[in-house]
Amino acid sequence: MDIQIRNIHKGFGSFPALAGVDLDIHSGELIALLGPSGSGKTTLLRTIAGLEYPDAGQILFGGEDTVALPVQQRRVGFVFQHYALFRHMTILENVAFGLRVRPRSERPSDSAIKKKAAELLDLVQLGGLEKRYPSQLSGGQRQRVALARALAIEPRVLLLDEPFGALDAKVRKDLRRWLRELHDKTGYTTVFVTHDQEEALELADRVVVMSRGRIEQVGSTDEVYENPATPFVFDFMGNTNILPGNVRGKEVFVQGTPSSIASTTLHEPGPVDIYVRPIDLRVADPGIPSFEAEILSTQRTGPVVRCEARAIESGVTLEIELPHLHFDVPLLKPSARVQLRLTNFSVFPKGTPITRQALPDVVSNAPAEYRERGRAG
Amino acid sequence: MTALSAAPDLPVKSLKHRSVMPGFGLSLGFTVFYLCLIVLIPLAGVFLKTADLGWGGIWHVVSSPRVDAALRLSFGAAAIAATLNAIFGLLVAWVFVRYDFFGKKLLDATIDLPFALPTAVAGIALTALYSGNGWVGQYLEPLGIKVAFTPLGVIVAMTFIGLPFVVRTVQPVLEEAEKELEEAAASLGATRWQTIMRVILPAILPALLTGYALSFARAVGEYGSVIFIAGNLPMKSEIAPLLIIIKLEEFDYAGATAVAATMLVISFLMLLVINLLQGWSRSRSGAKK
Repeated sequence: MDIQIRNIHKGFGSFPALAGVDLDIHSGELIALLGPSGSGKTTLLRTIAGLEYPDAGQILFGGEDTVALPVQQRRVGFVFQHYALFRHMTILENVAFGLRVRPRSERPSDSAIKKKAAELLDLVQLGGLEKRYPSQLSGGQRQRVALARALAIEPRVLLLDEPFGALDAKVRKDLRRWLRELHDKTGYTTVFVTHDQEEALELADRVVVMSRGRIEQVGSTDEVYENPATPFVFDFMGNTNILPGNVRGKEVFVQGTPSSIASTTLHEPGPVDIYVRPIDLRVADPGIPSFEAEILSTQRTGPVVRCEARAIESGVTLEIELPHLHFDVPLLKPSARVQLRLTNFSVFPKGTPITRQALPDVVSNAPAEYRERGRAG
Repeated sequence: MTALSAAPDLPVKSLKHRSVMPGFGLSLGFTVFYLCLIVLIPLAGVFLKTADLGWGGIWHVVSSPRVDAALRLSFGAAAIAATLNAIFGLLVAWVFVRYDFFGKKLLDATIDLPFALPTAVAGIALTALYSGNGWVGQYLEPLGIKVAFTPLGVIVAMTFIGLPFVVRTVQPVLEEAEKELEEAAASLGATRWQTIMRVILPAILPALLTGYALSFARAVGEYGSVIFIAGNLPMKSEIAPLLIIIKLEEFDYAGATAVAATMLVISFLMLLVINLLQGWSRSRSGAKK
């Protein structure tokens, strides 16, 4: 079912939790709402479900406006972070709940309900545990029961609120993969909330990055990672180095030094901030445009070598990350001077803050205009 | 203690017996001793004294119409009062937990008043209110409802003193109940009524039963407030504890203890049933033993 969200506003007291959100969710899509806590992602999810009422705006399920529809009639499957299973019921009865509470005229027979619930438990790989109570299951199993319970009502959309948040790392990874498979098998339109970018990138078809009640960027996982629309998105998707630079036309000058690095679009001449990920800094061969830096410290953590360096001209402290067997690693000895080049970067107007607090409204409405992107060979 | 004596020979074994919470033997011993002193010995005394009568004598006392009527009144009125308290106490607890309103703290504190009030004060106040010319009684009288000096008065007094038990046992459980459970039920299509009946009530049932049991036990044992409002007409509004006092005043010690022992046995059986019910409703939540 297509879902269209139109200009949703929602405030808690004087705090605007959602400040004008527009989003189109396509049928059968698995979409992630990604953002730090307080970004409004959970509020948006709960508003789609009907657990919160928006102050203004529209939510259309396949063209039908649902804002006035109470949660009971929206047919949404909602999965909570802490499962919210009914403790006094067996897991079979938990799954059957949504069918049992239907009005008598729409309710299937008792045996049909039990059959359906058992099928769903098989689907979530818990067949044979029907008689257990939630307290007798592990966290991962409980979350799968919660999912089966939500699927029992054949929801128009499946909404998951940090579904793996309460699980430990290993179970979380397994369950993630399993959820992706389940989604491909069942094809439910699914929206899930997470603050973990890795989870969003691994699981979702598209990612919605949110901050302070607004959408920063909507895009495929590659787009969001490779082509961040705002400094916030760039920073939220991974570690960030910020270098001072200049642009003229398509030419980018790093550290004031002319470089062969070219931007994909034309820029107004002037100072810019160049955003670089630690993995996109490399030692430059002689003859390649580069800038000089002094290595401060090097540390290996597992498969990765992390190195701190200071750009000589600007004095900016940089973080460099390399696989530990990379041929640059031997060069990165403390107090050594090296020439660095960028393999990939983003260009934003100088002084754009990463947090959204100080940003004027204009920025969020027109992110594409100040966002630029460059790539070096 | 065995671990201590074995310590020099088998230090490894003694380590095994150590616990972060030592003193199990001592504390259990004290607990049993204390329970005997405070509870078991006095109760055993009741049965011992009753035994003087023999089975026939006991039956003769208990089956006499006046004692029979008093026992029926005591337990019947207590059951009705506890039921009323379970219903309305739940409502009161619900309102306190779910809503915020002006004066909530003050109202919340008044709930405990029946705990703290001397029962005689409660009795006098209730009698003054419900007697034929009292504030409330004068309006009920023309409707043909007599409260003071009737079994109805007994129920009123027992309800008054039992309310805090239900409110105070249900309140914390309601506070803990996750809002998410109700949201989950609603998202699955359950109406408000279905959510209350199928999700909330089963979750608080054990606490509600505890409150019911406490309220019931208190009502059965209540003396001070009831005797003022009951009027104490033999065969009509005379409660069993009062009958015990009357028998004592007549120096009929064996008769008094026979009534007492009967009350004890009935109370014990009723509390046992309630406890079993609690255990059953807990086991349904699959809690591990």
